Amino acid sequence: MRVSFFSTCLGDRLFADACVDAVRLLRHVGATVEVPAGLTCCGQPALNAGYAQEARRAARHTLEALGGADWVVLPSGSCTAMMRHHVPELFEGEERRHAEALAARTYELSEFLVRVAGVERLGTGLSGRRVAYHHGCHALRLLGEHDEPLRLLAGAGAEVVDWRADRECCGFGGLFAAKLPAVSAAMADAKLDSLPDVHFVTSADGGCLMQLSGRAGRRLLTTRFRHLASVLWEGVGTSVGLRTAP
Amino acid sequence: MMPDGPAGYPERSKRSIREQPGVRRAVSAATRTFDGGREAAWREIDAARWRDWLRDVKRHALTHLDRYLEVAERAMERNGVRVHWAETAADALDVLDGIVRAAGVKRAVKAKSMLTEELGVNAFLESHDVTVRETDLGEYIIQLLGQPPSHIVGPAIHLSVEDCRQLFARVLGTPPDATPDALAAAARAALRTEFLKADLGISGGNFLAAETGTVALIENEGNIRLSTSAPRIHVAMVGIEKLVPRFVDLSAFLQLTSRSATGQPIGNYVSLIQGPRGDDERDGPEEMHVVLVDNGRTRVLADDRAWEALRCVRCGACLNICPVYRQTGGHPYGFTYSGPIGAILAPGLLGLEEAMPLPYASSLCGACADVCPVRIPIPDLLLYWRERAVEAGLVPSAERAAMHGFAVAAERPTLFHLAGAALRAASSPIGRRSLPVLGGWTDERLAPSFSPKPFHRLWREGIE
Repeated sequence: MRVSFFSTCLGDRLFADACVDAVRLLRHVGATVEVPAGLTCCGQPALNAGYAQEARRAARHTLEALGGADWVVLPSGSCTAMMRHHVPELFEGEERRHAEALAARTYELSEFLVRVAGVERLGTGLSGRRVAYHHGCHALRLLGEHDEPLRLLAGAGAEVVDWRADRECCGFGGLFAAKLPAVSAAMADAKLDSLPDVHFVTSADGGCLMQLSGRAGRRLLTTRFRHLASVLWEGVGTSVGLRTAP
Repeated sequence: MMPDGPAGYPERSKRSIREQPGVRRAVSAATRTFDGGREAAWREIDAARWRDWLRDVKRHALTHLDRYLEVAERAMERNGVRVHWAETAADALDVLDGIVRAAGVKRAVKAKSMLTEELGVNAFLESHDVTVRETDLGEYIIQLLGQPPSHIVGPAIHLSVEDCRQLFARVLGTPPDATPDALAAAARAALRTEFLKADLGISGGNFLAAETGTVALIENEGNIRLSTSAPRIHVAMVGIEKLVPRFVDLSAFLQLTSRSATGQPIGNYVSLIQGPRGDDERDGPEEMHVVLVDNGRTRVLADDRAWEALRCVRCGACLNICPVYRQTGGHPYGFTYSGPIGAILAPGLLGLEEAMPLPYASSLCGACADVCPVRIPIPDLLLYWRERAVEAGLVPSAERAAMHGFAVAAERPTLFHLAGAALRAASSPIGRRSLPVLGGWTDERLAPSFSPKPFHRLWREGIE
């Protein structure tokens, strides 16, 4: 399995360690990982703000950089949804066919591990951990990703606790968070205020984690937020002696 | 009372969250209850197929609207209904004025109707010396408070029982510790006399079956039944998008609308009104008028994307599940229709410039599309209106410049990485002061913490 790993712009700058862990996970399940040169951003920030032209430019660049990749894996449900659903719609003709063909081979990390690599159990390194999982809206609704991350977490021994608001939006929404910060923060509060007692919150989406942790930090809450890739790698690591849980 | 217009949404929503925590609590609790009801009520049926069917029937009706409007007009005239056409709100109010003058109306009772809110019927009648009384309990409450509705189905959803207790103690003289039942009883007693004194009853129409000219109304309190049958004149104001082709179509629409709105299999009362009192009948108005109102709908229909919003049955399900709406209720939107459906109806009905910034009042989470009983692609339409806003130059120039810069950098990896490094520097405490554009983020949250080294460098250095 040759996988082209696309860190995404947010992953590159804010979740570099999680991206490293994602690469390790992919190698762990037998993939040969490449990071194509020149990748920047999928274009989602522009698309969601109504800038279709600008989004098309970023998307075209991304399609060219990824070229004829066998598989594309991203550590983000939202960017994966962009690649799979919105990018093809930005193009016509040959470009659209290329985008559609690539979309069919593009996966969010946990989705790839379960649906393509066929992995359910990574290790047992998460035993004793109480975890809350935040479902990113686009992973949930556009990728139809309901239980892949949960199965992987549980498979590695974590206890994924019930959280009433686990499928509610964190309030990020790209430009929305900056245009309407008070509403966006209140949405994060609705999630944080219903959070059960856990060791940490995790999600396949870095944008959501940035929003939730940023709001929690402003409120001086001590909740920890960790990217799913790092959590799952911890699940592998302990059992194979590569890593110990912090 | 008419809302203030969408332009103040950012400021009003912020104030609502900061200064009215009770509104956030009340709206959040009530919408969760409504949505829970919907979810349970949908589980009892094959909701996916019902939704497909409703969508298809509405699509058919809307794409043959000219034909069905004429069918409906003929049927209503056969039934003895006087049919009026109103292209604008002013036209609709003129029609109402004509009816009121001709019949010497002094007192009107109103059944809950969002269209009459959209048209500003109450203020118009009051200014023409007609006393208007809202008779839906929620509408009655907000009329006493001088507020517009904050929800399509539950107009007083933003208020607590305690708010109502204080209001009724003041207006109706109920004890300060009255139970909710006692409050409802006091309102019922006060309203009963209004029904008996009124010359005119004004209603909306949930649906209008073209084939038989039947105005269909759903309610729970019986006030619509009374408003449309006790006074000597009944005026139903109906948006032209409310047409369904056949009488039999009403069955599914009435049921799925109720299930989606409140989780009931069907409303407590369903009125199917087909004309004034007949010679052999003892109840009902002497005169019945139906005002078919356009007020921007034809313009929306002509837009091959936006027209899908006209399928809306006004169940409020998208408001109930919307995490944005839940924080504030409907008032900050400044438009009769709030929440996700309001954000896509406003640009069509008011014009995009007037509707700004409502298409941005969404995180695009997509929950609304999951619960729309007529499958309106609300997130797609929000995005559509944002694109139109960019095309029309209705966005801040700094935003436009930033997005242009983004596209230029996204095509040039070296530049993109430089910009990333600059952002990292800007997110430091010193940088934040020099880059106020980040203020929108950091007012409410800590600045994101950047990784010490970006992933592309870690990759180049090699990953074990």
